[in-house]
Amino acid sequence: MTLRSLDPSAFWIYLAEQPLFFLAITLAAYLVGDRIAAATRRHPLANPVLIAILLVGTALLVSGTSHARYFEGARFVHVLLGPATVALALPIWRNRALIARHWRAIGAALGIGALVGIGSTLILARLLGLSGATLASLAPKSVTAAIAMGIAEQVGGTPPLTAVLVIATGILGAVMVTPLMNLLRIRDYAARGFAVGIAAHGIGTARALQVNEKAGAYAALGMALNGLVTAILVPLLLFLFR
Amino acid sequence: MLEGLTILIFLQFTGELIAGVTRLPIPGPVIGLALLAGFALWRGRMPEPVIVAGDAILRHLSLLFVPAGVGLIAFGDRLAREGLLIVIVLVLSTAITMTVTALVFRALTRDDGDAA
Repeated sequence: MTLRSLDPSAFWIYLAEQPLFFLAITLAAYLVGDRIAAATRRHPLANPVLIAILLVGTALLVSGTSHARYFEGARFVHVLLGPATVALALPIWRNRALIARHWRAIGAALGIGALVGIGSTLILARLLGLSGATLASLAPKSVTAAIAMGIAEQVGGTPPLTAVLVIATGILGAVMVTPLMNLLRIRDYAARGFAVGIAAHGIGTARALQVNEKAGAYAALGMALNGLVTAILVPLLLFLFR
Repeated sequence: MLEGLTILIFLQFTGELIAGVTRLPIPGPVIGLALLAGFALWRGRMPEPVIVAGDAILRHLSLLFVPAGVGLIAFGDRLAREGLLIVIVLVLSTAITMTVTALVFRALTRDDGDAA
């Protein structure tokens, strides 16, 4: 179709047929979200991804555009999730000295933290009577959305729901970590950082980096290691749970 | 940049292949991550191009979640029905996970002496 008139609805139909348009919208919405986050001095509640999802989602709903149509353009961004996941080997490599020095604490806190993260989610969700598909979408919520969506797909969850639950978990972890650790009187920044990296992935890690460099390093390590462990544990635990 | 991206995509592809052949319910890219981390730790070095490309992608990692996250618009009903209960699960389990992880970590670093 060619652009012949200035009729707004015809104009929209024209735009909606261009995959590049939705790619541009995705990047622009993220930049707007990022500006808002910067304006709040990176407060965890002003999360750029959440803002971008709300902006684009609202635009699609209002214009009656399907997610499939939108995805024709947005998939050019989406496809980078795979190589990004592989690149999470970098924080493990960079913090290998920490692993060598504290391998017992890191190994135990990683294994137990991953188990408790998945287990507590499944038990609470079951107690509250949530549906099976929601359970499978919730189970990997502590790890980065790049990995969590892949896990959800493997176990019959809903990847888009998982993406948003992962982001919500990250925001909650980032908001809760400092008051919770103060309450528990845990002052060691290694323990604080590792805990928020295990429970609240990249958003928690960003928060840890704001507070303390050492906490940030342990958080990045915890986030990457838990991505690996949770990918193995979720299918096993869900199998036992059903 | 291009060299590193090629290595990352090749490792992802190898991971997908391993997952497909072994029928393990583990995402291919996660196997690729394990291969890369294992290789680097074993050889004692991380290829420079991988560092360049990896850092470039990871810098805006969260942008990559937007296209899938927007898919949420199709699940408005389920969120309206289960949203509040889901939030309760997220708050409690995140607090429990951070508490247990931090306590285990602290208990095992105390004897190391250089933890604080």
